Amino acid sequence: MSESTKTLTVARAINEGLRRSLERDQKVLLMGEDIGALGGVFRVTDGLQKDFGEDRVVDTPLAESGILGTAIGLALRGYRPVCEIQFDGFIFPAYDQITTQLAKMHARSGGRVQVPVVIRVPFGGGIGAVEHHSESPEALFAHTAGLRVVSPSTPQDAFTMIQEAIASPDPVLFFEPKGRYWEKGEVDVAGAGEGARVLDRARVVRPGTDLTLVAYGPTVATALRAAAAAEQEGRSVEVVDLRAISPLDTATVVASVRRTGRCVVVHEAPTFLGSGAEVAARVTEECFYSLEAPVLRVGGFHTQYPVAKIEHEYLPSLDRVLDAVDRAFAY
Amino acid sequence: MESRDVSTAPDLPDAAGGPDDAPLVQLVTPAGSRVTTPEAEAYRERVAHLDPAALRGLYRDMVLTRRFDDEATSLQRQGELGLFAQAKGQEAAQVGSARALATQDYVFPSYREHGVSHVRGIDPTARLRMYRGVDHGGWDPAEHNVHLYTLVIGSHVLHATGYAMGVQRDGLVGTGDPERDTAVVAYFGDGATSQGDVSEALVFAAVNNAPVVFFCQNNQWAISEPATKQARVPLYRRGSGFGVPSVRVDGNDVLACYAVMAEALERARTGGGPTFVEAFTYRMGAHTTSDDPTRYRSRAQEEYWRRRDPIDRLEALLRAEGTWDEAFAAEVAAEGEALGERLRTEVRALEAPPASTMFEHVYASPHAVVDADRSWFAEYEQSFEPADHVEGSTR
Repeated sequence: MSESTKTLTVARAINEGLRRSLERDQKVLLMGEDIGALGGVFRVTDGLQKDFGEDRVVDTPLAESGILGTAIGLALRGYRPVCEIQFDGFIFPAYDQITTQLAKMHARSGGRVQVPVVIRVPFGGGIGAVEHHSESPEALFAHTAGLRVVSPSTPQDAFTMIQEAIASPDPVLFFEPKGRYWEKGEVDVAGAGEGARVLDRARVVRPGTDLTLVAYGPTVATALRAAAAAEQEGRSVEVVDLRAISPLDTATVVASVRRTGRCVVVHEAPTFLGSGAEVAARVTEECFYSLEAPVLRVGGFHTQYPVAKIEHEYLPSLDRVLDAVDRAFAY
Repeated sequence: MESRDVSTAPDLPDAAGGPDDAPLVQLVTPAGSRVTTPEAEAYRERVAHLDPAALRGLYRDMVLTRRFDDEATSLQRQGELGLFAQAKGQEAAQVGSARALATQDYVFPSYREHGVSHVRGIDPTARLRMYRGVDHGGWDPAEHNVHLYTLVIGSHVLHATGYAMGVQRDGLVGTGDPERDTAVVAYFGDGATSQGDVSEALVFAAVNNAPVVFFCQNNQWAISEPATKQARVPLYRRGSGFGVPSVRVDGNDVLACYAVMAEALERARTGGGPTFVEAFTYRMGAHTTSDDPTRYRSRAQEEYWRRRDPIDRLEALLRAEGTWDEAFAAEVAAEGEALGERLRTEVRALEAPPASTMFEHVYASPHAVVDADRSWFAEYEQSFEPADHVEGSTR
């Protein structure tokens, strides 16, 4: 472990990334409910208000549209607001500001104004929460031109990608896998921001030759466990972490599937019109003659997010991913 | 400060739109005489420096705004604009308030603030690019400190509030330097007051003490719905529940609008925080060129307000004070003619942009999906090129 490498949780890695962005650029502001003294309900902003003051780490009124709308105004004045939405299911009061205003402002001004707003959203399930606290609405935003939609899967990516999102001239929806907040990993805290931009580049996290598992955010770890299990059965499974679903790094996925001939996409969001459908369509168009099986998807059902006691039947579990792998090999 | 009981609105011929018996700041009566009540004294002082030349300047602004409106409406009727939203009847509210602004102040308009954009110097043809269908915006906001017109009702009121929070962080409130202290204004209508975003903006502005003025033009009609469908109390009272000082002004009295806005701007610039202004006025025209007001309001009401035309009121004042100048009026009329001719020529010359421009500025940095769509579209278009070169075809 080098001197600049630390073991951090995903939550702490985001905190460190936010801290560096606040230090680097005086125009960076954090805004959200309970992000000050409390440090956010997940403690992601812990200690930042104490160090950067109430004008830069702002406890806002309890109004999501107000948070986003004022963030747009601050961005128009030259600031770089980073808004925390407390839970995925609470983003909808701000949906209008995000889709009708934030996403269109740069385009409708003919490129004259920029609105570099980052929206941090703890998302996904598996934490035993009540209704509206476990959702995966990323496809709704990826469907809107003008927004970038990303999700880190590791502490290192969380640390790097939050800083890249803040530096981006475009609005970024930053979906944080809340079920992975407390998972630890090694983070090189020295190099961020200096290497090649990773924000919208998929990466092969585990090489393989027989099937490609495509995942992002919370399902990358599930996919890696599935790949390890498949190896026991003599199947070589490659895992691709998309990192972003807008833009979608089709090239990395296509290159992988052309080699493996099989593709399974895994996400927590419902599969119906989800980001996996887009991956499947593009892989089918570009890898048609390489495919040994149709592209399969594993994800949520077309139901309301279920109650906590049965949510593990809804989420794409290790067994359901392995089931899809089996089906792909059965063709 | 709360509202001042200076005068009351006259009885209306029918339910014209909203509770209208509330006190109203007025400095000039509809007949064109100065209001001399002691209650109006503080506001009179704010317009005392406006000499006859300045008053004639306001008259010019209002006439040119009206001419812009009429010409754009005609252009829409001729098929040269897809749509147009008139400001007709609201010239005093817009010109009076906008003339009180300082250069460094920043404006967030809705889509009918043609009087404001005139005062701020935005090119009149540029203002019609959106309605022509060649642009979603039309001008550089930084050039005139006027943000683009916003079509989603009330959304921009939050942007104005956030912008004002930025001004605070820039240290440009309460410096004592009138060249630097900065205020932000959100223009919106009676219908917008029902939008949650406007209430949230009042919350954010109040708790942050943001230097923003909420300038609500109550033109009494949100398309076909009278203001009574939006509120059971006069709209200016919305401010008090949020702890925002509020005032109701005769929106057809250009001097009262100037005075009330000057007071609100001064409060914002000096660190006194936000103000809610209700300018009680009347939308003399249709909501837009697609609307038909005969379906929902009476001719009697329209006639009542036609007799309270804000431009006529200022002319009556100038005449009453002996400062009306026929030569000047003729000059303004000629200027209006020239503006009309210019709009007819320039608007017709606004060509559709190349289709490929839809791929520009989708993002501020490269985006693979847009890049792929752009490349595909370019190839698709190129596949038709030979046919495009068949000129003079008789088919």
